[in-house]
Amino acid sequence: MIKYFKTNIEGAWTLAVGMWITFCHMFRRRVTLDYPYKSLTMTPRYRGHIDLIKDETTGKPKCIVCMACQRACPSGCIKLDGVKPEGATRKEPTSYTLNFTTCSLCGLCVESCNFGALKFSKEYNLASLRKEDYQMDLLARVQEKT
Amino acid sequence: MTHEMVMDGLRLVLYVAGLILFAATNAAYLSLAERKIPSWMQLRRGPTEVGPWGLLQPVADGLKLMSKQILIPQDTDKFLFILAPVMVVVPSILCLVTLPFSETIAARNYNLGLLMIFAFGAINMFALMLAGWASANKYSSIAAARVVAQNIAYEIPALLIVISLVMITHTFNLHSIVDQQSGGFWHWNLFNLKANPLMPLSFLIFFICLLAEANRAPFDMVEAESELVAGAFTEYSGMGFGLFFIAEYANIVVGCSVATILFLGGWHCPFGLLPGVHWFLIKLYSLCFAVIWVRWSFPRTQFYGLLNLSWKILIPLALFNLILTAVMLKVIPMP
Repeated sequence: MIKYFKTNIEGAWTLAVGMWITFCHMFRRRVTLDYPYKSLTMTPRYRGHIDLIKDETTGKPKCIVCMACQRACPSGCIKLDGVKPEGATRKEPTSYTLNFTTCSLCGLCVESCNFGALKFSKEYNLASLRKEDYQMDLLARVQEKT
Repeated sequence: MTHEMVMDGLRLVLYVAGLILFAATNAAYLSLAERKIPSWMQLRRGPTEVGPWGLLQPVADGLKLMSKQILIPQDTDKFLFILAPVMVVVPSILCLVTLPFSETIAARNYNLGLLMIFAFGAINMFALMLAGWASANKYSSIAAARVVAQNIAYEIPALLIVISLVMITHTFNLHSIVDQQSGGFWHWNLFNLKANPLMPLSFLIFFICLLAEANRAPFDMVEAESELVAGAFTEYSGMGFGLFFIAEYANIVVGCSVATILFLGGWHCPFGLLPGVHWFLIKLYSLCFAVIWVRWSFPRTQFYGLLNLSWKILIPLALFNLILTAVMLKVIPMP
């Protein structure tokens, strides 16, 4: 008999504790972000699609068209080409396209680059209805930023 | 004579329109509260897009429900299938007829108002059972069986509590029950410890029974999504589903109003100031908030847990409460 009352009163008490917790939560700060209107900055180690890095002194991409990234890519989604301008000591890229539809974001291209010319971008709003949007012209992207 | 008849007819139309409007508005905005309040409890923001702070969300929901086709599946009992949503709405609106919102606002002041509310409350269960049966769907049939077992189990303690209360008030008339509680919260039946020292406990039992009778979580066995898809409502679409929705919230409003009238002094102010319909609404919506609060604090019980709670805890306590009230009435003479 005592056990009956004890378990019931204890049970009622735990229910009251639960209700108090939910009540207190009503006045805490909301964690939801109004996403389309506001967005968070992406974390520093986020792996987006790759991007070329610009050399700040010359204003040109650091890439010297050694083709290491194209060879390292297991999906063959990187295509690049370059020329050696008159009087220059190294090649410069004339085109650098990434086929993002087959890229698996493995990062082998970034690892294989000996000249520190590639990085992961922080882009994550990449949804699109057109396939052409995923043929990314990275050279145009790096020049846009200047 | 004719003038009186016209006025009476006009009064009838006004009250019918008013009560339907009241029930529909409550359903709409309680459903918004049902989305906003839990979202605050879960640190979310709830609907914000439709109108300022999402205030027009119920309008959008209503338009969506009305624009949907009403599908009647094969092998259903078509007559009962269509009848069930109507039968679930009409009694809950009829219950509103006898509720006194204030000293002067009440559609009809019956002497047996309390009895009428419980009588029509029982039809709600019957309609849900019909909906489950007529759907010819295994989930709906299980839900129909559950709703009967659940409502029988919870009507007993609720009525035992009401009987012990009526023994104290000596009347079924809701208006007189409220009038007996005038003049400050210490006159409310909730604190009427002189008549029965267990009054707060009986209010708690009544509130639990209210949750179970209105099929609200944690006792929403009728539409237990994780087990029964949508229970008795599985086959309903469009406004057929919408009517069940309106009825659910109308039942909550009726239940909370009855609790307000029986235990919390109806339209009387807790401090004896400015009695009026506003106090009734404040108490009513505080209880509605509590109903929503309970739903989003606790997980759904299992079916045997539900029946154990009623038969092993609530009914013995309610019976003890009844006997105690009777003894107290004999020992301490009422003024």
